[in-house]
Order: sequence, then structure tokens, then C-alpha cells
Amino acid sequence: MRKFAALMHARNMEFVRDRGNLFWNLLFPVFLVFGFSFAFSGGDDTLFKVGVIGNSEIAGGFLQESYLEKIPYEDTAFALDKLRHHQLDMVINLQKSSYYINDGSAKGEVAERLFTSDGALPFIRKEVSGEPIRYVDWFVPGVIGMNMMFSCIFGVGWIIVRYRKNGVLKRLKATPVRALEFVSAQLVSRLLIVLLTSIVVFAGTNIFLKFMMEGSYLNLLLITAVATICMISFGLIFAARIKSEELANGLMNLALWPMMAFSGVFFSLEGTPLLLRKLSRIFPLTHYIEAARAIMLDGAGLTEILPNMIVLIGMTALFLLVSSLLFKWE
Amino acid sequence: MSSILSIENLSKRYGKVLAVDNISLEIEEGICFGLLGPNGAGKTTTIEMMEGILKPTEGRTLFRGEPIGPHFHQHVGIQFQSTALQDFITVEETLKLFSALYSTHRDPDEVIEICSLGDILKRDNRKLSGGQRQRLLLALAIVNDPKVVFLDEPTTGLDPQARRNFWSLIEKIKKEGKTILLTTHYMEEAEILCDEVAIMDQGHIIARDVPKKLLADNFDGVVVKLPWLSDKQLPDGAVLIDDYIEIHSRDIDATLHNLIHHSIHLDGLSIHAPNLEDLFLKLTGSSLRA
Repeated sequence: MRKFAALMHARNMEFVRDRGNLFWNLLFPVFLVFGFSFAFSGGDDTLFKVGVIGNSEIAGGFLQESYLEKIPYEDTAFALDKLRHHQLDMVINLQKSSYYINDGSAKGEVAERLFTSDGALPFIRKEVSGEPIRYVDWFVPGVIGMNMMFSCIFGVGWIIVRYRKNGVLKRLKATPVRALEFVSAQLVSRLLIVLLTSIVVFAGTNIFLKFMMEGSYLNLLLITAVATICMISFGLIFAARIKSEELANGLMNLALWPMMAFSGVFFSLEGTPLLLRKLSRIFPLTHYIEAARAIMLDGAGLTEILPNMIVLIGMTALFLLVSSLLFKWE
Repeated sequence: MSSILSIENLSKRYGKVLAVDNISLEIEEGICFGLLGPNGAGKTTTIEMMEGILKPTEGRTLFRGEPIGPHFHQHVGIQFQSTALQDFITVEETLKLFSALYSTHRDPDEVIEICSLGDILKRDNRKLSGGQRQRLLLALAIVNDPKVVFLDEPTTGLDPQARRNFWSLIEKIKKEGKTILLTTHYMEEAEILCDEVAIMDQGHIIARDVPKKLLADNFDGVVVKLPWLSDKQLPDGAVLIDDYIEIHSRDIDATLHNLIHHSIHLDGLSIHAPNLEDLFLKLTGSSLRA
């Protein structure tokens, strides 16, 4: 335990005193949040977004207009959630001859006028209500997740490769320290660092941007911790035996960038090809962002995020197993 | 005296290269043992197998008569040839870190005193000079109050002053009764520090004894050195090494007479008592630092 504490303390000091690293971990995500908040603060695009339940091909008139974007949904409740958050302007259920608008949405009102003036079929009007989600509300879990991913994979994976290359690991091997003590000290140190930086980034930007928070902060912290451990375990695979920093760097980027692009950090995967959506399920980041958004935007509780949690824990177990099988001091 | 550390029929093979070829040694407690040899002789491979860091292809290392086990590293201290220290932590923090890694360790103040680290305790590891670094690495090697201290080329790359300074630290550690195993390619270092030496070349131990005895056994007289650039026939008993010749002489008068008699210019001539370097040249026929 004393060995563990000493190793962890040394790693923490190394992190805190490395100014460049501190900048990337703290200020960069803050800039990103503010930057995107500013960039997307202007109005939405000019299209109307209409959720459609049922086969829209057979319906005529309004739904064939080119100025609106039709998004087919199977699940009415899901479409209505989107409407509540102003992500859709209108939902039309062709099967039940009804339509829904959000009573607080001006665009919904315009869309309704266009729809009813079409005079096609007698549809029943229904209303939902809810506050709009700004892009930044949606974006912030993505930034926290992305920052976590970089911090874990480089802060554990790359650092251990560097330690191996320059002989720090060899020197430790010459002491009574066991690999498990060393690795767990790295893991816990990074977990604390990531949780602290995530809290600082979130709380710091929240003061100015007041993010939507429908669920519990405790659940958000819990899923963040679970995802961080998962990412660190992923980083440990790279750290297990690679000796060259360049090779490690290349492999890490190879793993990181697809996750950056296809885990829903910057844009929603909804409406992307099915194959891509399926592929995105293998990324731990997807599961974290999905669960964090569900908590913040939809007020999801533990039961709702349980599937994501289980996947993350399963991946962690797999990553730890693989890295412990591969691990070599030298 | 009993041997504290011994190796039996140790070999190490890297692919087709046999780096260490079936060597055996016994090291007595409390002495400073020097493993000498040119670069690539197999010194580091041998010492790392003795440290329990490298797995031998064949043979084994015994510590107090027992094969080395999981607790071996509690009792030994190691200074590798090249080791990086963790960045962004200070000398003092590094010492604390390593102290905490052992179940028993000696008073850090003592270690700081022995290795003269008092002035640089708050300095970041990244900002240490070569000599300071080696002193810290030595401190880390004795922080657990080990029985055996392994030092792999500890003074390579240091300036002459820092090297002498480092020797005095090793003398201090010797006086505490610790067994020291040192590799070096500086023969002067071995003559000053070592009670016993083994000379390695191409994976073999080619000579092993107390330095004085090795020299007495192999030499009788002095070494005459003379720059040699001509194509003239070499004088009797002379060996050409690079751009000078060496003559091992029992009768210095006769040797000089002979040189003058052959009208050889004596500019740059030097005469010295034979040292380990001469011994190495004699034994291997090749220059030690080549």
C-alpha cells in the first residue's frame, strides 16, 4: 500500500507540474465548449425538421416539399422526445392521422400552418411542451468524453511506453515493486486526475452557460468514473509492451480518431448509415456520451443508463485481461 | 571467506550471437569486484543476469548459496548504465519514492550525506548535471541498505573531476562493508577501486585475480611506448598498436640502447609501470577502447 501510494503521488506530481499537459487537460476543453457555444449560438438551419411515423411515400402534398427534412421514426415516444427538445419542429403520425407540435416553438407554429393549409387530410392536433436544447448542452458530454479519452490513453498508454523506453520501468523492476502495484497506481492516479479535470471543466463552463441538467449529478459522476476506468484500461493495452513512442503514438491515433469522428462527439449519429451506427457501438466513448446525454438531457436514471454501464464494465474487464496478458516491464 | 554472490555456467544467447559464454564466478562478501572489458564484451549482459533483470539462457545466479528469488531485490541495489528518472519530481521526492518501495530502508539523511545530495534536494530531475545524476542514481541504489551494490559503468560520460568525486563515494560505501560489483572500461578506475577483477572479452572471462597479482603474473619490468609512423622494421620484441609501438622490457638500459643503435628517434617516448590496460592488450591483442 505504501509502494502504491508513493508511486501514485509521484505520478500526480508529474502531471500537476507539467504545465503544457495541464493546459491540454483543462483549458483546451474549456475553449472548445465556449468556442462551439459561440459558433452555434445563431439560429438553426432554415429547414423544417419533421419526424414521420408511417410510410411517407404514400402521403402527398406537404410531406413532399423540398424545404423540409423528413426523418422517419418507428417509435412515437422517441420522436416526441425530440420534439420536446426542439430538435424536431413537428411530428406527424400517418398511421394515427395525428400531428404534434411543441407549444413553445415558433418554427413549429409555422410548420403547422404550412401543413394545415395544405388541406390534405383531417389530422388531429396534439401538443407537447419542453425547453429547447442548445447545441452546447448536447455538446458538453462529448467534450468531457473526448478529453477523458485523450487524457487516459496518452496519460497512461503513452507515458508507460515512454517509461519503458527511457528505462524508468527497468529501474522500478530492480526494486521489490510488482507490476500490478505499478499499474494500479498509474490507473488510480489517472482516474483522480480525469475526474477532477472533468469536474473543473464542467463546473467552470456551467457557471456561464448553465447547461440543461434533467438527471442527477451523482449518476453523471458515476458513469464518468466507469468510462474513465474503461478508457484507462484501453490505454493499458498500448502500454503493455510497446517500446517505441512513435509506434505507440501512431497506434493510439489510429484508435483515437475513428472514436473522435464516430462516437457522436461533434454530431449526432442519427440519420447516418446503419453500418456506421452499428460500428460506433464498439467504441467505449459512444456509450459514455450516450449515457451522459441521456442523464443531462432526458433525465435518465440508473436503470436507463444500465445497458451502457454494463457494456463499459464488460469492455474494461476485457481490456484489463488483454493488457495483463501482454504486459512486460521491458 | 564465504561467497555472497556466485554464478554458475551462465550463458546468454541473442539469436545467433552468444553474448555470454558459460562463465562462472564467486564473489566474496565485502569486496569490490570489477568486471572489465571493452564495449560489447558482455559485461552488462553478465551483470544484468546477476542482478536478476535478464533471464540467462543457461546457468544460474546464487545469492548466499540460494538461487535468487522474489526477495532478492530487497537485498541488492542497482545502478544501471542508463536510466531515466521520472520527470517533474525533485531529487528529494525521488529518494522518498524509492525509499517507499522497499519494506526496510535506511535513513534518507544518511543517504543524502553519503552521496552529497544536500545542495540539490529541491532540484527537478530534468535539471541535473551528469555527475549529479550519477550521484542520485547511486543514492537510489543504496536507499534500501543493500548487501550487494551493482554499478554498471557508473562513471562513463563523466568529466575527470566528477569521476574522481564519484570514486570517493564508492570508497565510502565500501567502508560500510557492502559488496560492490562494478563494470567499467576505465582501467584506472578498476585499479583504484577493485579488490579483485575479471577481464571479459567476447563473452568469456580471460583473466581473474587481484589486480596486483594479475600484473605481477603477467609482467616483469616496464612498458616502453614510442610513436611509430615509419615503415622501418620493428625493433625486437616490439608490438605495433595503431600508431605506436610497445616494448615490454626487463632491462630498460638495454632496450634504449637497442633503439638508439637502430637509429630510431626517441621523440615522444614514455616509460611506465604496466597497468591493467597493458594487461588487456597483452591478453587480447586488441585495444581496449576500440
